[in-house]
Amino acid sequence: MADTKAKPGLLLDIRNLRIEATVFPPGEPPKNIVLVHDVSLTLEKGKVLGLIGESGAGKSTIGLSSMGYGRGGVRITGGEVILNGRDILKGGKDGFRKLRGREVCYVAQSAAAAFNPAHRLMDQVVEATLLHGTATRAEAEKRAVALFKKLSLPNPETIGERFPHQVSGGQLQRVMTAMALCSEPDLIVFDEPTTALDVTTQIDVLAAIKDAIRDTHVAALYITHDLAVVAQVSDEIMVLRHGRLVEWGGTRQIIKEPRQEYTNALVSVHEIEHAEQKPGTAPFLSVKNITAAYGGSHIKVLKNVSVDIYPGQTLAVVGESGSGKSTLARAITGLLPPEQGTVTFDGRPLANRLADRPKEDLRQLQMIYQMADVAMNPRQTVGTIIGRPLEFYFGMRGRERDKRVAELLDKIEMGKGFSDRYPAELSGGQKQRVCIARSLAAKPKLIICDEVTSALDPLVANGILKLLLDLQKEENVAYLFITHDLATVKSIADSIAVMYRGEVVRYGPKSKVLAPPFDAYTDLLLSSVPEMEIGWLEKAIKGRRMASAGN
Amino acid sequence: MSSPILKLIAQRIALGIVLLLAVSVLIFAGTQILPGDVAQAILGQSATPESLANLREQLGLNDPAYIRYFRWLGGVLTGDLGTAMSSGQDIATSIKGRLWNTLFLAFWAAVVAVPLAIILGLIAVRYRNGWVDKLISGLALASTSFPEFFIGYVLVYFFAVKWQIFPGISTVYEGMPFGERMQAIALPATALTLVVLAHMMRMTRAAILNVMQSAYVETAELKGLSAFNVIRKHAFPNAIAPIINVVMLNLAYLIVGVVVVEVIFVYPGMGQYLVDHVTKRDVPVVQAVGLIFAAVYISLNIIADIGAIVANPRLRHPK
Repeated sequence: MADTKAKPGLLLDIRNLRIEATVFPPGEPPKNIVLVHDVSLTLEKGKVLGLIGESGAGKSTIGLSSMGYGRGGVRITGGEVILNGRDILKGGKDGFRKLRGREVCYVAQSAAAAFNPAHRLMDQVVEATLLHGTATRAEAEKRAVALFKKLSLPNPETIGERFPHQVSGGQLQRVMTAMALCSEPDLIVFDEPTTALDVTTQIDVLAAIKDAIRDTHVAALYITHDLAVVAQVSDEIMVLRHGRLVEWGGTRQIIKEPRQEYTNALVSVHEIEHAEQKPGTAPFLSVKNITAAYGGSHIKVLKNVSVDIYPGQTLAVVGESGSGKSTLARAITGLLPPEQGTVTFDGRPLANRLADRPKEDLRQLQMIYQMADVAMNPRQTVGTIIGRPLEFYFGMRGRERDKRVAELLDKIEMGKGFSDRYPAELSGGQKQRVCIARSLAAKPKLIICDEVTSALDPLVANGILKLLLDLQKEENVAYLFITHDLATVKSIADSIAVMYRGEVVRYGPKSKVLAPPFDAYTDLLLSSVPEMEIGWLEKAIKGRRMASAGN
Repeated sequence: MSSPILKLIAQRIALGIVLLLAVSVLIFAGTQILPGDVAQAILGQSATPESLANLREQLGLNDPAYIRYFRWLGGVLTGDLGTAMSSGQDIATSIKGRLWNTLFLAFWAAVVAVPLAIILGLIAVRYRNGWVDKLISGLALASTSFPEFFIGYVLVYFFAVKWQIFPGISTVYEGMPFGERMQAIALPATALTLVVLAHMMRMTRAAILNVMQSAYVETAELKGLSAFNVIRKHAFPNAIAPIINVVMLNLAYLIVGVVVVEVIFVYPGMGQYLVDHVTKRDVPVVQAVGLIFAAVYISLNIIADIGAIVANPRLRHPK
């Protein structure tokens, strides 16, 4: 055995960690798969280590192993996890229970889901402290209020009386951080704490977390797939792939002088060259002064919106959640008939309601969604899914249809063999490709892409964007590209509409929209996109002209 | 703050009243479709066309159906359920005691069955897929699968005949001391408990298991809570709406569905009263009992709906 004598100042020492799980593939006997292959890491007191990699890299699994926890049947089968000088894997169930919530706390990706909807926030925040008996209720609540203040939550004295649904997502994420800090642990595991937030909210939460870590001297494992984010908070970064260590070094070294090719790919991921096309003479689809509302005109979600889309070009619609981006798509497709205004297509007005539109109009406008896996029928094969629009719009049958399906699969860079597969057998990127093929099958003039890359890992998302650009050249299809990610916009758009609270606040060709002078909101959006640079966060916070909506 | 919740509750109650009226129409219509009428039934063998016509005139049977319906409904609303043909007694008076007996039996069966089912459900979730879970589920399912008359007779055979602990016939009368009364209903209450237990227990288990996948259950585990406390404090409060629903359905069954058990144990409740008068073709009694059963069923379901509304923190504490 290696010597277990702890170095002074060493908090966590994971040695040769091996984690396995049993999977049950359909129609096959259960298989054992190794999720983490002999990974070792050390973390000193008060330091932050960033764990980065795409999904399936084993980041969360390694993070949770420091609490002796395995999600859904995941087992730690080898190695040692030495926390505060003892191997916690030898402590058994009771040992785990004593350290969870006391020595190590956890901050989840979606605080909205991680808070119990049935209990008040304060009860949940102080629960672990009271359970482990480290403070009385009054002391714990005092501590919690102090933490709410530190994390700059509104009404720190009373926010604890609220229920989770009464607080916004960005605020909940900060309350969850306060919950982790409340029992004064030695280590916090942050599992993608800002991934589900808008960029403008992410920057606030990130700053709050960073300050809290600095002032409480807690150590942290910061798990994320966004290298630019992790560069802001961590002292060291560990790059993981397929459950193996790729590279481990200081933050500056990883982002400035990556030694491994994979790290280099992560660092330079957003750079797609796309020359802007000048708007043509006539738009084929024009949205004129559209106003739309939910709940019988009670809540206006679109106010007097006008945009044009030119053949074979991309209009990107950007804004925070709740700004009306997706509602614009629903109004154009007729899913939400607008109250006022018109949508003109090829020089004639489109019917407001979906039900009143002829099949030909339906064919010309197709959609791709954020969650590819729920946008497909899990009981149909890829061939059936892509073949469906061929049958519906063109009446193709049999061999003719299969030939076209094969062509489409070829276009999305997937082999013919995928035709008989089910969605569950595909990866996230492959599922999105199938959705793209399905929309292309209708030979539309316009495809509305609603956050199509938001749920994907950066490298995979990059592949999807390149594919979309290639297909645009081949098929001369136009895109209405809805996203909150400005980096994506830069790489794909020809023109941009910036939306804020249901209104278009800035609209024009990409080069104009992204050139100063900016209005306050566009400035906020642009300055909130994390840059891969140490010290960016502090600079960005200082330079802001308006506060974010705090979603 | 409470206005949306009050509105929802008012809606449920209004719906329940409408539903009950619709049921009363159905019950009335159903008894009209049956061949023969009250006059025929009263006169029986001695009926001559003249006496029939006279009696019909006297009872108002020649009026159009809707007038008779409203006359009947008006009586029901003022507490007059009419007169039983077979005995000539006032239905409301004879039902009162029996309804009370049925409620007494249902109450004690529920007092045992509901907490037992929920606790068994919690234990089954705690040891899910282990032998404890399988044992609980197996026994509960077995007890539900046996028809209630079978369970009733098995109980009678062992507890009344063989060991002579409890009486096999549950005679109760007015002014009976509480202890004796409890002893008398021990066997039918046990039979009822066994019948409704599994349904509630399985639903509790399923509802909680559904919630166990949530991220907040993981949060609770990562705070170091023990497995049972995770279920009790974090999973159960979010599973309460479906549990209330199934509990209310089973309470309704305890009152409305006890017919067979009451007959087996010769218990003077509503069920036996109904069976007696169905055999005598005593239409006014059948109508009255049917309406009371419908009212019980609908009100318990309204309570379940209201319970589910109140259990939802989003409705209780709007933004």
